[in-house]
Amino acid sequence: MAKVTAKEVLTTPVVENNPIALQILGICSALAVTSSMNVALVMSLAVIAVTAFSNLFISAIRTHIPNNIRIIVQMTIIASLVIVVDQVLKAFAYELSKQLSVFVGLIITNCIVMGRAEAFAMKNPPGISFMDGIGNGLGYGAVLMFVGFIRELFGSGSLFGVEVLSLVTNGGWYVANGMMLLPPSAFFVIGLMIWGIRTWKKNQVEAADFTIAPNTK
Amino acid sequence: MSANNDTISKTLIVTISLCVVCAVLVSAAAVGLKPLQEANKKLDKMTNVLAAANIETEGQDINELFEQKVTARVLDTQTNTWADDIDPVKYDEVKAAKDPAQSTQLSADQDIAGIRQHARYKTLYMVKKGDAVETLILPIHGKALWSTMYGFMALKGDFNTVVGMGFYAHAETPGLGGEVDNPRWKALWPGKKVFADSDTSNAAIGLIKGKVTPGAKGAEHQVDGLAGATLTSNGVTNLVQFWLSENGYAPFLAKLRAGEV
Repeated sequence: MAKVTAKEVLTTPVVENNPIALQILGICSALAVTSSMNVALVMSLAVIAVTAFSNLFISAIRTHIPNNIRIIVQMTIIASLVIVVDQVLKAFAYELSKQLSVFVGLIITNCIVMGRAEAFAMKNPPGISFMDGIGNGLGYGAVLMFVGFIRELFGSGSLFGVEVLSLVTNGGWYVANGMMLLPPSAFFVIGLMIWGIRTWKKNQVEAADFTIAPNTK
Repeated sequence: MSANNDTISKTLIVTISLCVVCAVLVSAAAVGLKPLQEANKKLDKMTNVLAAANIETEGQDINELFEQKVTARVLDTQTNTWADDIDPVKYDEVKAAKDPAQSTQLSADQDIAGIRQHARYKTLYMVKKGDAVETLILPIHGKALWSTMYGFMALKGDFNTVVGMGFYAHAETPGLGGEVDNPRWKALWPGKKVFADSDTSNAAIGLIKGKVTPGAKGAEHQVDGLAGATLTSNGVTNLVQFWLSENGYAPFLAKLRAGEV
């Protein structure tokens, strides 16, 4: 990997090399926690913290990690950090931690954290790895907030819990799109978003793996 | 990465020291933050008790308000008498429900709420006016579509009229079954009657499909169903009926009404 600057690792993952849109990592939790923006925001902060610190610690001991158990070592560090984050949330943001429930614990299996540990932190010094963690966390967070914005606006007519479109059930005019509150809707939103980004930045379009054969009949 | 990292001794050293460091970190966080977490849990429960009893909490200190207004007392559901030797502050109901010695097993035909067993001792909350019970707050729970829902139901001093109802823990579909948290839906409960005139051992209250027609026969026992959430609605009906019938609190409520406890 060529020499990278702190600014680069911090900003490129947000749009150019977004972990969700380009690397297609961490989709699973992006479906689950984006039904409201509050939850998406806290989840983003949690992932930023975990990715940054796991990158920092893994990078700090990277020269000592035996190659054949490196994945286990990474997992141990990541899992410990996630438990700490979960405990902190339960202590200081109880309401939100109730809504996030299992998903904080599932950051352990979030592909972004492990992906960055393996792809970046194992090969780069701690400082820049920490920045890379924040950058990728931000990229994940940006997508979460975007998807959360659309889902909460059209699904519950509100943003951050504040009513924007007045709902029929509360005596207003807007009939909420219930599907937006269900996880599958995030597939559509993320899919359309990736389409948008790749139309804008043509270099993200992947070469086709195969060409479809002409119909034989 | 140098090759000598892969020797057995180096592997062991790295593994063991890493485990020790991580274990210390995790335990420190868990132990250090425990008091705050416990306080949060308690506060959350108190808020929900007060909300079910329709007591205004806006801008007030929950702890103080709860102290002032609410008395907690433990009920023995097998003898239907107060069990005052159990301290409601220390008693852990969720734990007790799992312990066969401290719980009541339900047979399949009794178990309409889908909970299989429940704790023998339940913590009840009361708002008192002098010696008379003004509001009685009953803990209720049961299975709905995805999750076991935990909540409170508050009854007036006649032990028949609903003061309020709410769930503090559930995982129903947001926007559909999750509408059990909608204040507009919860506002439909106060004033409803639990029991039909003479029958005080079987609850008549329940959710119906669609909207309740005011003035229709039995309308005072009916609450609007949740649109698009038939299974959650059924769950709510089942758990409310279970807890307010013979296998739930009905025998105790009868005693209370007769002034026996």
